[in-house]
Amino acid sequence: MPKVTYIEHNGKEHVIDAPAGQTVMEAAVKHAVPGIDADCGGACACATCHVYVDPEWLAKTGEAGSMEQSMLDFANDVETNSRLSCQIKISAELDGLVVRLPKSQH
Amino acid sequence: MTTGEIKRIIIIGAGQAGGETAQRLRQAGFDGDITLIGEEPTPPYQRPPLSKAYLKGELPMDRLLLRPSSMYAEEQIALLTPVKAVWVDRANRKVRVEGGRELSYDALVLATGARPRKLPLVGADLDGAFLFRTAADADALRPRMVAGAKLIVIGAGYIGLEAAAVARQLGLDVTVIETAVRPLARVTSPEVAGFFLDEHTRQGVRFVLGGQPAIIKGQDRVTGVGLADGGELPADIVIAGIGVTPEITLAQHCGLTIDNGIVTDAQCRTSDPNIFAIGDCASRPMAHYDDRVARLESVHNAVEGAKIVAATIMDKPAHTVEAPWFWSDQYDLKLQIAGLFQGYDHVAFRGVMADRSFAAFYYKGDRLIAVDAVNRPGEYLGAKMMIQSKRTLPPDVITDESRPMKELLASAR
Repeated sequence: MPKVTYIEHNGKEHVIDAPAGQTVMEAAVKHAVPGIDADCGGACACATCHVYVDPEWLAKTGEAGSMEQSMLDFANDVETNSRLSCQIKISAELDGLVVRLPKSQH
Repeated sequence: MTTGEIKRIIIIGAGQAGGETAQRLRQAGFDGDITLIGEEPTPPYQRPPLSKAYLKGELPMDRLLLRPSSMYAEEQIALLTPVKAVWVDRANRKVRVEGGRELSYDALVLATGARPRKLPLVGADLDGAFLFRTAADADALRPRMVAGAKLIVIGAGYIGLEAAAVARQLGLDVTVIETAVRPLARVTSPEVAGFFLDEHTRQGVRFVLGGQPAIIKGQDRVTGVGLADGGELPADIVIAGIGVTPEITLAQHCGLTIDNGIVTDAQCRTSDPNIFAIGDCASRPMAHYDDRVARLESVHNAVEGAKIVAATIMDKPAHTVEAPWFWSDQYDLKLQIAGLFQGYDHVAFRGVMADRSFAAFYYKGDRLIAVDAVNRPGEYLGAKMMIQSKRTLPPDVITDESRPMKELLASAR
């Protein structure tokens, strides 16, 4: 099963077995990784699952879609590698993915 | 009672509000007993997809679960399902469940949710007539949702229209009967309602507006719906989407104050200081609306209640309440709503409906109180943040498409 590493803002790492087909947000929430709120459950409605994709992985995760980008514009501390983790689907290709979490989702 | 004295918490209702409360109490470091009692067999799950992706068959049940079922044991949350709580003894701080077992609490959280209204019609119990609230309802409905089947949705609220959209996408023949003269009458403006009416009509949904269903026809299964004016529409399936009533039976029996829902203060405390009420069953003062008491039926409100209760019980700094938000998915339209539009006196549009991408901003006087954004996430978030921080912009400014929403947000006062 693909592994995804989530690094909290304070540096704490969580390595999670993330089933292909789920999203990076879902795997985090189901394992109670602190720092991803995802209040809407992945409907791209709340912008509380913001992550920074490790630059090495950007080519594989692809870019934010237009709806996602519009939401990200209003998130805090947005960087060029910002994504909403509910919009990144896990696949075998993303085995080893590293994402960092922002200081706050609100 | 001070926080340190709370060792045993019982949560009645294992929906999103109840499930989130248990989880957030553990996250906040509560190490006493947590018992989560739910009437449905499944652990807490998300309801919104039931009338959307789940009904369409695009999302399996395990992806709806808030947390994997194994997590409750790992976190020592006693999940009692399917179990019905039947009595609350406030004097002795006990909850009795069906079968007679009694459990003691120091703090009780009522997250009992709401029940769908049943059609008050002959034939409402026939095979093929459905209410729509639970995963079991969706599971029963889904095998009937086959191309060519005739579906009548009674009630043109969000749930009814979402079900209608899914049904059209699956190739059903769909008619919506609504007693009001327009759809979405309780939840949005005539303009936005008109947009959704046109969209559904274009997608092949027929509407009977101002229609009065009088009887569900059929011998042992549904064959049609009879109208008060004598008309009759054939049907294989009928879905009632005529709203919900808060589940307040336990609260009523034990004498808590009720006003539409179980009345609470801003900390979600009921008239009994040892009992909290959250989610669809509770009425709470709305921080962004002059503390007007309202009962909201939404994910946001469920999660908000869980956060408030966890902070209160753990004596953490009060959770900062967000402006209310909601969403609805119909066809390729994503409707995102922030704020409460009731009492608006003016609506201003950014973008045009014909482009299927626009936002309706609702004002009361010069104050922005709500937004309905269709395929316009930036407008939704920008307006939500303004409402959150009690800022506003004049309608002629907010609708100026030459200025990006983010820039407008920065200039709001």
